[in-house]
Amino acid sequence: MTPSPATATSSYIAALEAFEKDGFNQDPGWTRALRKEAIARFSELGFPTARRGNEEWKYTDVGPIAQAPFRPPTAPGVAKLGASALKRFTFGERRWHRLVFVDGSFNQRLSFLSALPTGVKVLNLAEALKSRSTLVREHLAGHADYSNQAFTALNTAFVHDGAFVHVPDGAVVEEPIHILFLTTSREKDTVSHPRVLVVTGRHSKTTIIESYGGLTDARYLSNAVSEVVVGPGASVEHYRIQRHSEEAYHVGTTQAVLGRDGHFSSVTFDLGGALVRNNLNVLMGDEGSSCMLNGVYLVTRSQKIDNQVTIDHAKAHTTSRELYKGVLDGQSKAVFHGSIIVRRDAQKVDARQEDKNLLLSDQAEANIKPAFWIYADDVKCGHGAATGRLDESTLFYLRSRGLSEDDAQSLLVRGFVNEVIETISCDPLRAHIGDLVTATLQEL
Amino acid sequence: MLEIRNLYASVGEVEILKGINLKVKAGEVHALMGPNGSGKSTLAFVLAGKPGYVATSGKVTYQGEDLLGMKPEDRARAGVFLSFQHPVEVPGVRLDQFLRAGFNAIHKSKGLEELDPLKFDRMLRQRVKVVGIDPALTKRSVNDGFSGGEKKRNEVLQMAVLEPTLAILDEPDSGLDVDALRTVAQGINQLRSPEKAILLVTHYQRILNYVIPDFVHVLVDGRIVKSGGKELALEIEAEGYEKFEQPQEEAIQSPG
Ligand SMILES: Nc1ncnc2c1ncn2[C@@H]1O[C@H](COP(=O)(O)OP(=O)(O)O)[C@@H](O)[C@H]1O
Ligand SMILES: [Mg+2]
Repeated sequence: MTPSPATATSSYIAALEAFEKDGFNQDPGWTRALRKEAIARFSELGFPTARRGNEEWKYTDVGPIAQAPFRPPTAPGVAKLGASALKRFTFGERRWHRLVFVDGSFNQRLSFLSALPTGVKVLNLAEALKSRSTLVREHLAGHADYSNQAFTALNTAFVHDGAFVHVPDGAVVEEPIHILFLTTSREKDTVSHPRVLVVTGRHSKTTIIESYGGLTDARYLSNAVSEVVVGPGASVEHYRIQRHSEEAYHVGTTQAVLGRDGHFSSVTFDLGGALVRNNLNVLMGDEGSSCMLNGVYLVTRSQKIDNQVTIDHAKAHTTSRELYKGVLDGQSKAVFHGSIIVRRDAQKVDARQEDKNLLLSDQAEANIKPAFWIYADDVKCGHGAATGRLDESTLFYLRSRGLSEDDAQSLLVRGFVNEVIETISCDPLRAHIGDLVTATLQEL
Repeated sequence: MLEIRNLYASVGEVEILKGINLKVKAGEVHALMGPNGSGKSTLAFVLAGKPGYVATSGKVTYQGEDLLGMKPEDRARAGVFLSFQHPVEVPGVRLDQFLRAGFNAIHKSKGLEELDPLKFDRMLRQRVKVVGIDPALTKRSVNDGFSGGEKKRNEVLQMAVLEPTLAILDEPDSGLDVDALRTVAQGINQLRSPEKAILLVTHYQRILNYVIPDFVHVLVDGRIVKSGGKELALEIEAEGYEKFEQPQEEAIQSPG
């Protein structure tokens, strides 16, 4: 029997009821009210379908997610993960701060915090809720839209644990904060709802790395939501490295909100997953704010990746730059849907968007859909899109120097995505990610 | 070392080489001259194995082996090097990393030592001095944004690093000012040795003042219409190619 989306929905409701009785019952009242509201919205919205004339979901069928009732693992977080099993995912430097979540729950033993500047808070959300943090109450679910986005509603319905980072005015966090979400359960069709809240104050500096991965062969769903508040004059570098297993479904929503002269840079790497959908929404909420949104996706076999990037230039004198690059092999499919909104009176907006795909096979398919909604007249908007193959003459040039055809191809593909890797400003991170990308390319 | 016998070659449907015969021995420098479109680059590409450049008949042996049956990378590993008339830009691929990959592939196939980045860098820095380019270029993407002169010098740099046995140089002189020409010529001369051979393709005689050839061949419409010593180049310089661009028989019989 194939379960219907309706039974899938009721199974989420049942799972939430169980949590409210046990596990979530220590949370403050407002959190419980929030979850209640979110599950109600989710029930009303249902999973999105292309059928409803829904442009946002036109190219990506989430039927497989809607049909299977994904459940929380019956024994979450019990996997006896050793440092060696973790090693694949805990790349990086020893002094980096690290928060690890296993099957949705915070794992103290695998986490590590170096000395932090005064006032900086890096902790798990469940703990922050326990301490009745007013900042969490003010910002949690205050930015990522759960009224209209089903997956965000579903995540919010289960909001309890996750990562909370607060960097107060003027604070500079030198080392990156690495937040790692792992699925380890061997049960089939488990779900986790990773949640991240980052709130930064005036003129602060923060580097966040979000990693997603799976240490299991079973199919699972990872439905993540991150909210990032960039204070006035603050700078947040946000990196996302998605390395799920090839059986996994991943929906990841990031909502960033920028204050005056704030800067947000996001560099994302999608190296895994069966079906991956990323929603990156950036609100240029005040004058002088700027963002750089770059990404790399490497897909092969029957993998599908869909990147929806929406920049809302709500205020004048705001600048955005986007550069996404995809490498597609096998029968893989990629969608890049970049929307740029320039609100009325948001003059002197400068926005540029670029998506380039490299096809390594005849069966791979890339869809690029730029959309501009411009309601101001003095703006500069540009976009570039290209889908092509490796250039024969270039391949020959490399081979004429002794490189095998395979090596020449890898070098060229690596060169193609290098433009994005080069935009990682943290030196050791750039080196680590470079290695991860090279390793993934070798498996394509 | 290299023997081309009655070589015909096509690009697409078009026959471009129409019966080339040429013998190059170790230690020799051969200049191949000819008007634009005569097939000089086509010959260079056929010898280096560029896909799409198809030998339709004839034979090419290199060090006793059938060159045309080899993949481009195997030709490179056997010591054949092509300096491109139009070097290719490779965005995102750093020159030093690319060159080290080629160097190590060649060394590996010969059972010679492969070099780690540090050792390779040391060697590369020495070679860079010879061709007179800014050492910083080796940390940049291959030919990406290089000037015309830098691209040509870069080809010579790659040759100096890979130390080929047979260097085919396709117009290494075009577009160079006198200073650049001198350094490029110097780089080429450094490769000259009794064990190595050079096939120098050029449109103009100028570079042959610096790289003195043992033989000069004139290629017109896919055929070598005349061969001689270095004085043949001066003759072309003085009189142009017109007198060779006649029906083949006549050209061959006209006194040199
Ligand atoms: N890739 C190609 N496709 C079609 N025609 C070509 C190609 N390459 C060369 N040709 C043609 O072959 C002839 C010889 O070209 P080429 O070998 O480049 O001459 P040269 O190097 O002597 O100037 C020219 O007529 C040119 O137009
Ligand atoms: Mg030519």
